Amino acid sequence: MSASMSTQLINLFASLLLLIAFAMLAQRRVLSLIHLFAWQGAVLALNTTLVAFVTDQHHLYYSALLTLVLKVILLPWILHRLIDKLNVRWDVETLVNIPTTMLIGVVLVIIGFNVAMPISHLSATVTRGTLGIALASVLLSFMMMITRRKAVPQVIGFLAMENGLFFAATSATYGMPLVVELGVALDVLVGTFIFGIFTFHLREAFDSLDIEHIEKLKER
Amino acid sequence: MALGGPHLATVLVLAGSAHWLAAGLAGLARPQGLLWIARILFPLGALGGLAVAAGGVAGLSHGPVAVILPLGLPDLPFHVRVDALSAFFLVLLGIASVGVSIFSAGYFRAGHGTAPGLLCIQYHVFLASMALVLIADDAYLFMVAWETMALSSYFLVTSNHHIPEIRRAGFLYLLIAHVGAVAILLSYGVLQAGQGDYVFSSMRAHPPQGWWASMAFVLALFGFGAKAGLLPLHVWLPEAHPAAPSPVSALMSGVMLKTAIYGILRVTFDLLDAPQWWWGVLTLALGLLTAVFGVLFAAVQTDMKRLLAYSSIENIGVVLIAVGLAITFRAYAMPLLAALALTAALYHCINHALFKSLLFLATGSVLHSTRERNLGKLGGLIHSMPSVAFFALIGALAIAGIPPLNGFVSEWLLLQAFLATPSLPNSYLNMLIPLGAAALTLAAGLAGYVMVKFYGVIFLGQPREPALAHAHDAGWLERLGMAWLAAGCVALGLLPLRTVAILDPVNSLLLARTLSETAGRSGWLFITGLAPERASYSPLIVFCGMLSVVAATFLVVRFRYNCRLRRGEPWDCGHPGLTARMQDTAEGFGQPIKQIFEPMFRIERQLPTPFDERPAYRATAGDHFWFWAYLPVARLTERVSRSIGVLQHGRISLYLLYSLITLVLLLLVVT
Repeated sequence: MSASMSTQLINLFASLLLLIAFAMLAQRRVLSLIHLFAWQGAVLALNTTLVAFVTDQHHLYYSALLTLVLKVILLPWILHRLIDKLNVRWDVETLVNIPTTMLIGVVLVIIGFNVAMPISHLSATVTRGTLGIALASVLLSFMMMITRRKAVPQVIGFLAMENGLFFAATSATYGMPLVVELGVALDVLVGTFIFGIFTFHLREAFDSLDIEHIEKLKER
Repeated sequence: MALGGPHLATVLVLAGSAHWLAAGLAGLARPQGLLWIARILFPLGALGGLAVAAGGVAGLSHGPVAVILPLGLPDLPFHVRVDALSAFFLVLLGIASVGVSIFSAGYFRAGHGTAPGLLCIQYHVFLASMALVLIADDAYLFMVAWETMALSSYFLVTSNHHIPEIRRAGFLYLLIAHVGAVAILLSYGVLQAGQGDYVFSSMRAHPPQGWWASMAFVLALFGFGAKAGLLPLHVWLPEAHPAAPSPVSALMSGVMLKTAIYGILRVTFDLLDAPQWWWGVLTLALGLLTAVFGVLFAAVQTDMKRLLAYSSIENIGVVLIAVGLAITFRAYAMPLLAALALTAALYHCINHALFKSLLFLATGSVLHSTRERNLGKLGGLIHSMPSVAFFALIGALAIAGIPPLNGFVSEWLLLQAFLATPSLPNSYLNMLIPLGAAALTLAAGLAGYVMVKFYGVIFLGQPREPALAHAHDAGWLERLGMAWLAAGCVALGLLPLRTVAILDPVNSLLLARTLSETAGRSGWLFITGLAPERASYSPLIVFCGMLSVVAATFLVVRFRYNCRLRRGEPWDCGHPGLTARMQDTAEGFGQPIKQIFEPMFRIERQLPTPFDERPAYRATAGDHFWFWAYLPVARLTERVSRSIGVLQHGRISLYLLYSLITLVLLLLVVT
């Protein structure tokens, strides 16, 4: 595979990632959100495999495998079970309406690209152009967490943010050391479990998953 | 490390502290075993006190000995050093703690508040931390021990934590202790002068100069003043002392306040090299204010432990007056006068440790046998508690400064130092400092008034409540503890020359000048202030004179003048039918002070009208400082925190938005 070919493929995956991030931002249905999250994981795994192949970095294969198992299979499966048990497949309303969210998202992407520009110039990796995209998808996932009112979409936003960070690490320095990646993966898994338990308790306590109910937890 | 020789002091002190810690931990073995803790561990703790006192005596006879302990953090070992100054305060700690520990052995009972085992470990950790404060030779160990001392005493103060007032008192104490600790930490920060080394020897070698030195001094005065009860940081003292169990009040007032004096002396005379005259004047002025304020408030109290707490404020004021004079004299290079003032300060420190502990212990016995702290409900206890009344009498006479007891000696020495101030080479000080002597005399006189009130209302007259008839005398351990302290009061009063010789190494360490030869110039019977032609005092002659006058009066009245023995009700002045309600009350006794010094108090009165069915009278004397300095700060803090509380909405989305905005702003700043 020639260098220009691989660069174009990496850019393609990066833009797919950004597209999925936008799609998640716009998506109201919880079930579709989980599917999108799984797709994002798949793109990430493919991209990591490609980078590993191009740059001959063996540990990235493990990373890709880890991503595949964890983010394409295990986490979506847990989330599916969660929404089955909680029975929340339906649409959820957002705090800010979708078009406004998308516009703010565009602004965030611009900021992300602008911030990443000087770093990209310094970097010598084949993936350097994608750092802005990684940063933008982190910010977009963050945005998604903010605009959702229910607990499950917020969890997905959190997981998507981790995807963005992983992508940023791959594009800036060919990934973090494997130990760190394993640790982060474990964190994400444990975090999801905790979120799951938390949402069950939330429903038991308030008969709803609306996080408005925990707004009472303050001083006055 | 060789036993004996110069290391003996350090070994003894460390062994005593370790012994205390072990005794405290042993209390945890059987936390509810009252006999095990009270009858075995507390008397063992008294042995630790003896070891520390012996270490102090050994330390006074040797030069400074520094040791690096194999404890502490890696690369940051604890340095300890026993020199004359710390040795003197170790003697004070040891002697006072022996009495208090023996007393506690008979005092603590089961039933209420903290479990005895916890009390035991808190008490002994408190003692050990005070010993470590005194021997610490680097700011790190000093602060660790200092904070341990504050925390352990906080838990001791709040041992009856079921009562909301006691929790509040404990919180106030902890708050001011922390403010003070921050100031001390900053002072050490200034003292290390950019060396990066917090060992005292390197601070001593490179003292800060000029403005920085003044800053270190002022911070130290503020920080240690907060612990000592210096105006305007005194507010915790009258709250915390009554809240604590009596032996703890005795230790806090008798010993813990002295560690603050130790800190001031350590920083001013040892770590800083050349004091400036205005440091002394500032300390002197604050000391005078504190003394007069303390004694006035003591005079109007109706709770016996609060009264003693305010009296502690007064005594700390007196000590600080002496310290201020010593600093001033030293700044003008007058070492003999500085030594005289410093001797007065140290003498008063150990005196106060003895008699104030004694009085707090006596109130503890009274409290146990009557369950009453309010002076208005006590009275006539001299009949049912004769031995407690006797020891309290010795303490009261000593604190009132009556010869031949110890309180007189230190106040006399201090006034001698005052009388020498006209030789200062600054005309303003020449004129103003004698006014301070007048204020000191006022405070000393009023202290006598306060003690007449304290002793008269509790022990003399007729019982004000019928329940007081069932009061019983203290147990033998309690009496032994009080007898130890009372014996100290008498010994220090009768042997001033010996005492001055014992604490003279401190003078030679800090001022390179000794006082013994001047003090002993009129022979072994007298103590001389500066020169025999100016003034000398002999407690033995005064004592014999007093005895002979009393004996002569008694004999004359008994055998020549009247020859009859008649018993009457106490205080009836010959009028039969006096009841307890007709005798002077604590409020009534303090009333003249309240009238004369009215602007000093914030008085709220509730007067009855002639038409009241059940007339009631209530008057409280509040503290201006509380209303003008503390409450505004508290309100401001509350307002600021409330305005910050606006940020807290309880909505996760908003919190996430805060994070996002922070992140984006930071990213924009970076690029």
